[in-house]
Amino acid sequence: MRGDGRVRRGPSGGPPPAVPADAARAAEVRAITESSRSLRGPLLPILHTVVERFGYVSDDDIPMIADVLNLSRADVHGVVSFYHDFRRTPAPSHTVTLCRAEACQSVGAGALYAATAERFSEDSGVEVGEVFCLGNCALGPAGMIDGRLHGRLSSDRIEALGEGWTR
Amino acid sequence: MSTVWVSADSAATSVGADEVAEALAVAGITVRRNGSRGMLWLEPLVEVETDDGRVGYANVAAVDIPALIAGGLDGGEVDGLDRIGVVAEYPWLARQHRVSFARVGVTEPTDLTAYIDNGGYAGLARALSLAPEQVVTEVTTSGLRGRGGAGFPAGIKWETVRTATADVKFVCCNADEGDSGTFADRMLIEGDPFTLIEGMTIAAHAVGATEGYIYLRSEYPAAIAVLRRAIDIAYARGYLGAGIQGSDLSFDLEVRVGAGAYICGEETSMLESLEGKRGEVRAKPPIPALQGFFGRPTVVNNVLTLGAVPMILADGGEAYAALGVGRSRGTQVFQLAGNVARGGIVEADFGVTLGELINDFGGGTRSGRPVRAAQVGGPLGAYLPAARFDVPMDYEALAAADAMLGHGGIVVFDDTMDASAMARFAMEFCTKESCGKCTPCRVGSVRGVEVIDRIRAGTDRDANLVLLQDLCTTMTKGSLCAMGGLTPMPVQSALTHFPEDFTGGTP
Repeated sequence: MRGDGRVRRGPSGGPPPAVPADAARAAEVRAITESSRSLRGPLLPILHTVVERFGYVSDDDIPMIADVLNLSRADVHGVVSFYHDFRRTPAPSHTVTLCRAEACQSVGAGALYAATAERFSEDSGVEVGEVFCLGNCALGPAGMIDGRLHGRLSSDRIEALGEGWTR
Repeated sequence: MSTVWVSADSAATSVGADEVAEALAVAGITVRRNGSRGMLWLEPLVEVETDDGRVGYANVAAVDIPALIAGGLDGGEVDGLDRIGVVAEYPWLARQHRVSFARVGVTEPTDLTAYIDNGGYAGLARALSLAPEQVVTEVTTSGLRGRGGAGFPAGIKWETVRTATADVKFVCCNADEGDSGTFADRMLIEGDPFTLIEGMTIAAHAVGATEGYIYLRSEYPAAIAVLRRAIDIAYARGYLGAGIQGSDLSFDLEVRVGAGAYICGEETSMLESLEGKRGEVRAKPPIPALQGFFGRPTVVNNVLTLGAVPMILADGGEAYAALGVGRSRGTQVFQLAGNVARGGIVEADFGVTLGELINDFGGGTRSGRPVRAAQVGGPLGAYLPAARFDVPMDYEALAAADAMLGHGGIVVFDDTMDASAMARFAMEFCTKESCGKCTPCRVGSVRGVEVIDRIRAGTDRDANLVLLQDLCTTMTKGSLCAMGGLTPMPVQSALTHFPEDFTGGTP
C-alpha cells in the first residue's frame, strides 16, 4: 500500500520469537499472511483466515504475522484483543451464542440466556456465549448454534437441537 | 408441476425454510430460492406459481410438504395450511411503497438477468451517460440523506469527494449493521445484492473512485456469501472491473468482514478497522470525505443510502424528492422488531406515524399484552411511550420528540418492560462496546451502571438521579462519537417517560 504511513518500529521488545511449538501451523500461518499481505489493510482478513483454519489465534501466531507484515507484536496483539471474533483459546465442540440485545430481550432473551448458561455450566464441551444482535430481530429470541442462525428459540428448542451432541 | 419459491433469507432459514425447500426438492418439485418479502412472522413462507401470481402459504414446516403436494400445487386451499392468497396482493405488503426493496423477495438474489429484467442497472446506464457532476446533482436533487443514522445529505458528501484531489479515492459501504432491531441492510444484501453493487458503482463514477469496500459484519455469514457471489457474477458480466459496460469507468469492489465490534459501525472506527487496526474512532475533522480510508478522499455511506441510488438515477432525483415530508425525502425502510405480532420490513414514505407502524402494520405485541413502549433507532435511540406514538417518522419530527430515526429500527415492548432495567442495559452495552478512546464514554458508562443500580436499589435516590442527569450531560457533550454521545438518549427517555420504574427498592 502506497503511503499508508507505516514504518518499522524497531525491535518490538521482548525476546526473539521462540521456536513455535507447532512448526506446521507456523508455516501455514506464514503462508496465509504472505498470501494476503498485498491487500490494503490485510490484518483482519488474515486473522479471520487463521481463526477459520485453526479455531483461534495462538501466542505463536502473533509474532509470525507481525514479522511478515512489518508490524510490531504490540500492534497485532492490540488488534487481536480488540475484536470479539479473534478468540485466543481452542473452540469447544459446540457453541451456543444467544442474542442479548433489546429486541430479543423484549421476548425473553434475558431469562433464556440465564437458563442456557446454567444448563451447560457443568459441560466443558459446550460454550454458551452472548452476542448483541444477529439481525433476526422480528423472530427472537435469536441465537447462533454451531454457526447456524436460529429464531424463536426456547430452552426446549435448544435442548432438541443439542440432542446427540458428542463432546 | 408448478415452481415453488422458498426464501433463502437467514430469518426464514432460522425458522426452517431450508428444511422446507429440501423436502420439496426431494419430492421432485422445482424449488427456487428468493429473498424474503419481509413478512417475517409468516416465515417459512412458501409461494406456489399460478396463473394469477405467486400464492403464499404461511408458516409451513417440512412435515407439511406432503399435504401441500397432495393438494395439487394449484394455489388452492390446503387442509391444515394457512393460505394467504396472492402474495403481491397481500394487504400488509400491498399497502407499502417498496422502492429500495422492490425486488427483494421477488427474484433470486444472484440472478443478474432477473435483476436487469426488473429494472436493475438502468440507473448505472443513465449515470454513465452523464458527467460525474451531473450524477452528484441528481443525488443532491433527490434529497437523499444518510440512512445509517446521522442523516447527512448524500449529495453534499459526494460533491466533497468529487472535488477533492488525490491519487486514489474510495467508496466504502458501511454494512456493520449492529443496532438491535435493524435488519434491512442484511435483507437487502441477502435478497438483492446487485442493488448495492450498482449504487456503489454509480458513486464511484460520480466521485472518481476506483476502489470500493463493503465492511460487512461477521454476524451475517449468509449475507457475506451472497454478496461475494454477486460480486463475482458482476465481474464476470462486465459490471465491475476495468471498462465497465464499455465505458471509461473502472471500479474494483471487495467485501471485508468485521470482527464483532459494535463500534465499527461508526464511520471513522470502520475505516480504522478496514485499515487493519483497532476500531478506535478518529476525531473529526478531518472528515472522511477528505481524509478517509488510508487518508484518501472516501465516500462512506450506509447500505440503504447506496441502495437508493440506482432508483434515483434511473427515475431522476425529482421523482425521489417527490416522496416524503419536509427535509426527509424519499422512502424509509422501517424494521418492526421485538415483541411485535407482525414483524418485518415496512418500506414507506417518510411521515408515516410510529403508531401506524406498530399498531396497523405490527398488529401490537406478539405476547398479546398491551404495548407499553418502543425503542426507535437502535440501542442509542429513545424509548417512546404509547402516548407518543402519534409522532411522524421523519428526521426532524423525531428530533423534536427527543428521539432519533437512526437506522429505522423499531423495537416493541409490552407492559412487562422495566424501563430502569433497559436504561441500565444501555449503559452496560456501552461499557462492553465502547472503543475506550475517550473518557466520557469509557468511564461514564461504567459509572452509569453503578448509579442506576443505586437508584434501582433505592439508595439515596434523589441525589443519584441528579448525578445520573449530570453524567448523561457529560457523556452527551464530551464524547468523541455517537456511542458515548447518544447512550444517554435511551437512559434519559426512560427517566422522562417512565419515572415510575425508577422508584424501586427501599430508600
